[in-house]
Amino acid sequence: WESFLPSQVLVQPVQLICLYAPAYHLILEGILILWIIRLLFSKTYKLQERSDLTPKEKEELIEEWQPEPLVPPVPKDHPALNYNVVSGPPTHIITVNGKECINFASFNFLGLLDNEKVKSAAQASLKKYGVGTCGPRGFYGTFDVHLELEERLAKFMRTEEAIIYSYGFATIASAIPAYSKRGDIVFVDEAACFAIQKGLQASRSNIKLFKHNDMADLERLLKEQETEDQKNPRKARVTRRFIVVEGLYMNTGDVCPLPELIKLKYKYKVRIFLEESLSFGVLGEHGRGITEHFGINIDDIDLISANMENSLASIGGFCCGRSFIIDHQRLSGQGYCFSASLPPLLAAAAIEALNIMEDNPDIFQTLRAKCERIHELLQGISGLKVVGESFSPALHLQLEESCGSRENDVKLLKRVVDYCMNSGIALTQARYLEKEEKCLPPPSIRVVVTVEQTEQELDKAASLLKEAAQSVLN
Amino acid sequence: MLVAVLTYVGYGVLTLFGYLRDFMRQWKIEKCQNATEREEQKDFVPLYQDFENFYNRNLYMRIRDSWNRPICSVPGAKVDMMERVSHDYNWTFTYTGRVIKDIINMGSYNYLGFAQKAGTCQEAAAKVLSQYGAGVCSTRQEMGNLDKHEELEKLVARFLGVESAMAYGMGFATNSMNIPALVGKGCLILSDELNHASLVLGARLSGATIRIFKHNNMQSLEKLLKDAIVHGQPRTRRPWKKILILVEGIYSMEGSIVRLPEVIALKKKYKSYLYLDEAHSIGALGPSGRGVVEYFGLSPEDVDVMMGTFTKSFGAAGGYIGGKKELIDYLRTYSHSAVYATSLSPPVVEQIITSMKCIMGEDGTNVGKARVQQLAENTRYFRRRLKEMGFIIYGNEDSPVVPLMLYMPAKIGAFGREMLKRNIGVVVVGFPATPIIESRARFCLSAAHTKEMLDTALKEINEVGDLLQLKYSRHRLVPLLDRPFDETTYEETED
Repeated sequence: WESFLPSQVLVQPVQLICLYAPAYHLILEGILILWIIRLLFSKTYKLQERSDLTPKEKEELIEEWQPEPLVPPVPKDHPALNYNVVSGPPTHIITVNGKECINFASFNFLGLLDNEKVKSAAQASLKKYGVGTCGPRGFYGTFDVHLELEERLAKFMRTEEAIIYSYGFATIASAIPAYSKRGDIVFVDEAACFAIQKGLQASRSNIKLFKHNDMADLERLLKEQETEDQKNPRKARVTRRFIVVEGLYMNTGDVCPLPELIKLKYKYKVRIFLEESLSFGVLGEHGRGITEHFGINIDDIDLISANMENSLASIGGFCCGRSFIIDHQRLSGQGYCFSASLPPLLAAAAIEALNIMEDNPDIFQTLRAKCERIHELLQGISGLKVVGESFSPALHLQLEESCGSRENDVKLLKRVVDYCMNSGIALTQARYLEKEEKCLPPPSIRVVVTVEQTEQELDKAASLLKEAAQSVLN
Repeated sequence: MLVAVLTYVGYGVLTLFGYLRDFMRQWKIEKCQNATEREEQKDFVPLYQDFENFYNRNLYMRIRDSWNRPICSVPGAKVDMMERVSHDYNWTFTYTGRVIKDIINMGSYNYLGFAQKAGTCQEAAAKVLSQYGAGVCSTRQEMGNLDKHEELEKLVARFLGVESAMAYGMGFATNSMNIPALVGKGCLILSDELNHASLVLGARLSGATIRIFKHNNMQSLEKLLKDAIVHGQPRTRRPWKKILILVEGIYSMEGSIVRLPEVIALKKKYKSYLYLDEAHSIGALGPSGRGVVEYFGLSPEDVDVMMGTFTKSFGAAGGYIGGKKELIDYLRTYSHSAVYATSLSPPVVEQIITSMKCIMGEDGTNVGKARVQQLAENTRYFRRRLKEMGFIIYGNEDSPVVPLMLYMPAKIGAFGREMLKRNIGVVVVGFPATPIIESRARFCLSAAHTKEMLDTALKEINEVGDLLQLKYSRHRLVPLLDRPFDETTYEETED
């Protein structure tokens, strides 16, 4: 037994090593072992000298630090500070700052804001449900009106499913981050509206801007991406790609070339998200938007998003498309899951507005005729140029020649707007957040055409604008 | 300890089954009922990664009927629900057409009971609806600023006791669009662990650096503040431009109330700014319903930005921000919502105005005060009874949000379904809104709940608690004797 004692087992090999190894080897090993023991017991060495500041010095730093004021002061005459006050409903005849004018500034394209049938449907809903829903969709906030509205919208747009949001801005800003995550690539038009920009920012994907409506530029970017993919095929297999465009651009008033986009989609395998806030209820024979306008199969577009605040004269927004795509937003759309649902009276108003749109398909033709008329009438105003397609109901009037700085341009346009307001035509300047926009459009006056405006009123507006431009700009 | 282990085991079993079912679906042994991609687009990069939807397909689908329950009446104390059945294990639902009537509603955020279909608020809203219409069709800065909005903002400022206020169309959007307007790059945001998704999104969109402190933990917050001021920005060491602390009045998943006096003391000491999100606490706390600032007896001037929503206590929709005049002027000019988003709908504005006046007592009645008191009584009674029964309840004694812990995944679905069978509608939450082993049922009390309704609910919760073995609490509160204190009782307890 003695031969198996642990001490014996240890001592024998050590004795062997001491016999056979050279002396310097042993000394080196001994020094190394001592060094290891020292390192193990010494204090850890941190890169940043956090412990160098004494508590007294820290107190002094805290005393000295002065933050900026929470908000910088805003000058009293800032153009955006003093709002126009509208007394009464913002319908066709509007009372702005005490003056009665004809409304050329609200996006009430189909005149449904004042419609008696819409109001009585909303009243009935108010009597049945009260005003608010007191909860998000997941927790007893889903009403049968919401389900009905979603079904009706899906049927109207001829898609499988639709999903409703309670705020127009939040619709596209929640839809994009639900699909596009960090590492994915999104090709977006330069003139995209602010809601799309915020959605893209929230998604943290790679954004590639292409020149407005320039398909050659987009194709160039797609080709570049293709060559990148060939260098790294594994990564390319999991990187999703999207194109985000608007049907009718808010900032420039023109349409996107959808047929070419569809061709590019299938050639480069990119998905298309279409934002139809201005074109829903305006373009197309039955008001179904730009896909009807160009005669494209709706299944070719992956997601259509629109807000109900323009043609439908309600509040909120919706997305429609195939169930495969829309169902995902019910669990991952932030504005859907974490926010209260749309008040039922607004949903009922939207359903009634849809009914009216379906029953009177000729209002779209009437609207288009009025748009073409005003577009023609506004040509040839000295100093102002018309920006927008002839069938777009929301046009811009920009200065032909800028006077140097944006501030002065804005002041000049304000004088034109004030002249018109004093003579009974309510107009407004298009408002932007100058520091936050990616591609800031030039200052302009927004002219909105609605179905309720008569031909005399259109003529009056055009002649007033001519007068105003003459007196202010010359 | 045992409960934690069993919870993990439960999730483990579910995950195993999930993998098995996925495997069977892939090999077509089981029919795949998910919607699929179009034929023409099958060679596109897949839109969803398989693993992302694992939780959705296998765990969420099994108990999906506890959420998104459609109702067809006003979301008051009692609600009517549309009956729906599923013949294929929750993949699709069909509506039988029957309506389950008079379910006691413990899930809607109806704290002061203003979700009513008749009464002064509804009449006023109806009048405004017939006069103004439902929509606005323009943004605040363009042609959407109605006189009603100006009236509302003055009233909100008066209600809160601040200089000025501004109202927005959606509570979620109020946070996500105004925090980026207040802070930017070079600023620091200190946000509570359990902040709502809207605060997190707003903080991320602003571009500022975000640091998270432990929930309601003042030492953690102080340490972060000290470190931030002493060391400055992470790599350049330049001083921070501003520091903004984001807290909520009542946290909706925990039911806890923020330690406001301590936060304000810290804020003053370290010269930072405080953003208080009173989504759940406005109208629900405080002797006259003015929120968490009144509950603690503090002055509204100490809070730099007071934000709240109108959805919960006022029975309407939308959000507001209140504060000093310079702040609101700045927001009127630079807030994303004022420039690009539609303003509030007029009948909704009228509902807020009427309900706020009612709470303040300006409509000449005592209804508002009575409701605030009723809510406080309901809260205390309900919480006390649940604790006596032996459930684990989170949150502060005075908060009308009452989370009851369930822990195990199977009990989430079971609790929701059993309560519905007994005609009580509750909200159950699991992962990802809560940590994975801390799933809970959440009750939202309302001033519209009468004592009988609460007693019925408590009786049923007791039954279901016994059935599902939910009484985890090891503390047992002695039930207060309902009999008056007399000689005989004293003598009995002496022995």
